Amino acid sequence: MNVAFYIAGGVAVVSTFMVITRAHAIHALLYLVVSFLSLALVFYVLGAPFVAALQVIIYAGAIMVLFLFAVMLLNLGREARAQEREWLRLRAWIGPSILAAVLLAELVYLAAGGGAGAAGLPAPASIIVGPKEVGASLFGTYLLGVELASILLLAGLVGAHRLTREEE
Amino acid sequence: MADVPMEYGLILAAILFLLGLTGVLVRRNIIFILASIEIMLSAAGLAFVVAGAHWGMADGQVMVIFILAVAAAEVSVGLALALRFRRLFGTLDIDAADRLRDR
Repeated sequence: MNVAFYIAGGVAVVSTFMVITRAHAIHALLYLVVSFLSLALVFYVLGAPFVAALQVIIYAGAIMVLFLFAVMLLNLGREARAQEREWLRLRAWIGPSILAAVLLAELVYLAAGGGAGAAGLPAPASIIVGPKEVGASLFGTYLLGVELASILLLAGLVGAHRLTREEE
Repeated sequence: MADVPMEYGLILAAILFLLGLTGVLVRRNIIFILASIEIMLSAAGLAFVVAGAHWGMADGQVMVIFILAVAAAEVSVGLALALRFRRLFGTLDIDAADRLRDR
């Protein structure tokens, strides 16, 4: 399990470094997805499976889709087709693919019960804080925080709508 | 996970946070700056998860959920600002907006 942590952490550092050094926005976003996925694997190894799932769904899913939509909205016009051809080149996706393949191999290894107890769960010595405890804490102790987060998201929704509206 | 030393998790979080900070300081494109801010937020979440795993508490994961909500709100407003910025200045270079009033 320790090895899984170090490999996922290494992938996270490498892909994050690639994010801040790429010149092309789409290349950087591909590496950003890999970075979030590797962080999700780190969360899982650390015994936080619920947050790992949320990291994949919200960060690597929803937020990245938002980024992609923004990049596509910002790149309208004649350079779009050349860019489309550029994205299909091997150079654009080979690096993120290799890093994602490392993560996939690790995930398969963990899911198959490697390096763990016979039950296929992470090693018996570890403390796993599951969704049940997180939910009880979230809607018990931190209920006020949930309400504040909902107001914040509503404010974000209204703000984004107002900012992108065409001026008449 | 009890057998990963807490220091290593915190070091990983610090490295990721520093990479995100470097991105904010070095890049001039709004999209890259927003991506770097996302990296910094998720690195802070990693620190919370490491601490929560160390003491076996759910509070660290609850904080990560709040960080997710903040990140989602931040990135939606930030990208809306980027669209507005592009319409106003015709570029995504953040140095184009170095004045507070119309030029």
